Amino acid sequence: MNRIQQLITANFDRYDGKDIEAYIRLGGFTAIKKAVEQGSDYVIDELKLAGIKGRGGAAYPTWKKWDAGRRRVAEQKFVICNADEGEPGTFKDREILKKDPYKVIEGMMISAYIFGAKKGFVYIREEYWDIQKTFKKAIEKANEAGYLGEGILGTDFDFTLEVFSGAGAYVCGEGSSLIESMEGHAGRPRIKSPRIGEKGYLGYPTLVNNVETLAGVTRILEMGASEYARYGTEKSKGTKVISVSGNVNRPGVYEVPFGVSLREIVYDVAGGVENDRPVKFLQLGGISGPLVPGSALDTKYAYETLDEKGFTVGSGSVVVVDDNNRIIDYLVSVSDFFYHESCGKCTPCREGKRQLTRLLKKFVDGTARLEDVNAIEKVANTMKHASFCGLGQTAPTAILSALKYFMPELWQLVEEGVHENVAEGEWK
Amino acid sequence: MNEYSQIDRVLQRYHYDSKALVNILQEVQETCKGRYISEATAEYVAERLDVTKSNVYEVVTFFAALREHPVGEVLIQLCNSTVCKVKKNIEVKNALEEALGIQMGETTKDKKFTLQYTTCFGACDVSPAVRVNKVVYGNLDRETTLALIAKLRREHCE
Repeated sequence: MNRIQQLITANFDRYDGKDIEAYIRLGGFTAIKKAVEQGSDYVIDELKLAGIKGRGGAAYPTWKKWDAGRRRVAEQKFVICNADEGEPGTFKDREILKKDPYKVIEGMMISAYIFGAKKGFVYIREEYWDIQKTFKKAIEKANEAGYLGEGILGTDFDFTLEVFSGAGAYVCGEGSSLIESMEGHAGRPRIKSPRIGEKGYLGYPTLVNNVETLAGVTRILEMGASEYARYGTEKSKGTKVISVSGNVNRPGVYEVPFGVSLREIVYDVAGGVENDRPVKFLQLGGISGPLVPGSALDTKYAYETLDEKGFTVGSGSVVVVDDNNRIIDYLVSVSDFFYHESCGKCTPCREGKRQLTRLLKKFVDGTARLEDVNAIEKVANTMKHASFCGLGQTAPTAILSALKYFMPELWQLVEEGVHENVAEGEWK
Repeated sequence: MNEYSQIDRVLQRYHYDSKALVNILQEVQETCKGRYISEATAEYVAERLDVTKSNVYEVVTFFAALREHPVGEVLIQLCNSTVCKVKKNIEVKNALEEALGIQMGETTKDKKFTLQYTTCFGACDVSPAVRVNKVVYGNLDRETTLALIAKLRREHCE
């Protein structure tokens, strides 16, 4: 099995991401043609066969989401591409948007056609301001070429597309927060139900998909689902676009078939660890994902094998950390991030993050005691179960996995702290 | 209302659509001295869009890309998230503070440079990285950071 594949990223570096004619020469807009000709049942069946799941991190089967969505009747419906890629360690959508924007636009056209939307938005994070500019130009060109606008492909399919800029809020990666910010409000999550699929933007049914999911849908229809499904494993079909970073020799965006091992990703795909040091741990799926100890490197990168061990594919980020790093420093960094990004709406997340940050810093200061470990566990579990949205629920994931795999190192900090404080006469 | 003519231009472009408030404020901010949304600006935008002042203020304080305080001509934001921590952004921090003679979170007296920490901006493949007025510079160490500051000084202080 080849460790690197180019299905979703097939067009990378084969055109400059601007030239729509070049995109068409590479087979562009054949997927939307198929969708229009064969109808929505065909598309749903293809997506089901391809087994593609939401690539932003939630991993909900795309066909299910689309199938439920297309049946909803409403005066207006909207589609949104979530390009608010905010999970630290994740930058694969950045590359897709930059190197093959038309594949995403085509994916949005397909989603709009199936869902019954006439209007779509691409919500791109503020940090990718340069991509917002090139994407707006790509939309213009698609308009001029008649792929957007009225009567697309000589049918009665009308669809227009607009870019909306995020403004630097991690929580807006969550669908309802994203929509709140598009309506002129702070990006705080809405209560469910209704889900945004029923009542989203301006109260109308809204279908939100991640950048890679949309590019993937285009590719699947282009090549045929049965061909796509030949890659990957039985339960995780196809490929995944991953972002590899941290202590590796060749950080970057790669497309791998599901089923490669984590070891292959680190050593064969990303060129191994800097200075040949051992892998201490990986963090998978973004900052909200678990830590994977170096001893688990032979785990296969697929939904079922990762889930089984409590790990996750998530956003597809693989942060590699070598043995020069202390687990506590990494956890403090994770905790600081969530403390900064908690929207403050619900108490478990807002106050839980404050307490976790305070408790973790005691380990750094050498003032942590036995009961602090228990307190961390209690606060982390409370957040996991009682937080309002995914942010708070997943914020303690890294910490909980560290308690599972790196307890001896944390204990050592407690013991060293005790000795130090006794020596300084501060221990009471 | 001459000083607000640039703000009006932004508002017009968005057809005074309050749904676009988040994007409007980002553009308005760029036209303001000190590149921040002052109370007066917030009030003016609220009035013209017919939304409450508290709605505008809430949005400004909620989003990291919107500022309630002025920044220097050159805004340097050092990523302080996990990957950049692992990739020793501490060296970059020390070099930045040393070269500019200010601490993170501060602005130089001549209002030329502001140093800030920021969360991940998706440049982990070139970590450790900074954003200088939104433009990413990556793969930094002590030397390249000092060279970057020297370059910025030439561009902005001479």
